[in-house]
Amino acid sequence: MSWRLWLPFMVFFGFLGLAAYQLSQPKDDEIRSAMVGKELPYFTLPPASLDLPGVDSRYFADGKPKLLNIWASWCLPCIAEAPQLEQLKEEGAEIVGVAIRDKPTDVMRFLSQHGNPYTRIGRDDLSEVQLGIGSSGVPETFVIDGNGIITYQHIGDIRPENVPVLLEELRKAGQ
Amino acid sequence: MKAFFILLATIVAFPLAAQDGAPPAPFAYRQLDNPAQEAAAQELMETLRCLKCQSQSIADSDAAMAGDMRHQVRIRIAAGDSPDEVRDWLIERYGDYVSYEPVMSATTWPLFAIPVLLVLVAGLLFARRFRRRA
Repeated sequence: MSWRLWLPFMVFFGFLGLAAYQLSQPKDDEIRSAMVGKELPYFTLPPASLDLPGVDSRYFADGKPKLLNIWASWCLPCIAEAPQLEQLKEEGAEIVGVAIRDKPTDVMRFLSQHGNPYTRIGRDDLSEVQLGIGSSGVPETFVIDGNGIITYQHIGDIRPENVPVLLEELRKAGQ
Repeated sequence: MKAFFILLATIVAFPLAAQDGAPPAPFAYRQLDNPAQEAAAQELMETLRCLKCQSQSIADSDAAMAGDMRHQVRIRIAAGDSPDEVRDWLIERYGDYVSYEPVMSATTWPLFAIPVLLVLVAGLLFARRFRRRA
């Protein structure tokens, strides 16, 4: 019997193996923004709370790199990342918030419970800024350099191990 | 009394609190007044992927973000953008992933090429085999 007869079986089992391997891998459903490396689109958002001003995209072009944090008071992972945002703030990072589909009363309750790391929070009721910068969920954190260029995207809540990465990206954006 | 509450619980729905605080975007569920524009928007929305619920188009999804995307599609179409311009605007932000309609690109061409190749190979094998028999 020719070895060639076994070829279709080998192809078939090879395919089976590949499928089994892919099934055992965790699903990667993160959608990276294609806006990294591009300029922040123009936007202007009203304040999301009574205590802090709103956000204008021109504010990012003042020469100092900043973090743009997409969050919401109704988002549970946002509570989990609150201590890390506080730590970033203590390390000297300026964090600008964009609250997605949120109410001022909820925003202020969230800040009084979990701390306020923000210098400004814009109110984005139509997810316009979120769609504009290619973010597909809350929370997400973007590094914006001093010229208003997006240089880095962090998807999901910021874990303690992500803090040095973000600080490093901020430092790089400042060069 | 307890039976009454159990009965009540089975016949009355207790919806969970809404996920977020904002009402739906104005054009999330409202059609455009111009029927031709609405038709174009609808056709486009069926080919755009909801980013929250990735196996649905934004036309099919009730996620708040899908509503906000429908709002963007409708106001852009109403403002005179062509469906292709709106699609490109989203692809510029999310890459091909946001397209729910398969597009041929540098990464996806094997998906289109491999079936054609397999059919060709199968055809060749059959041809050879039949010729040998004849």
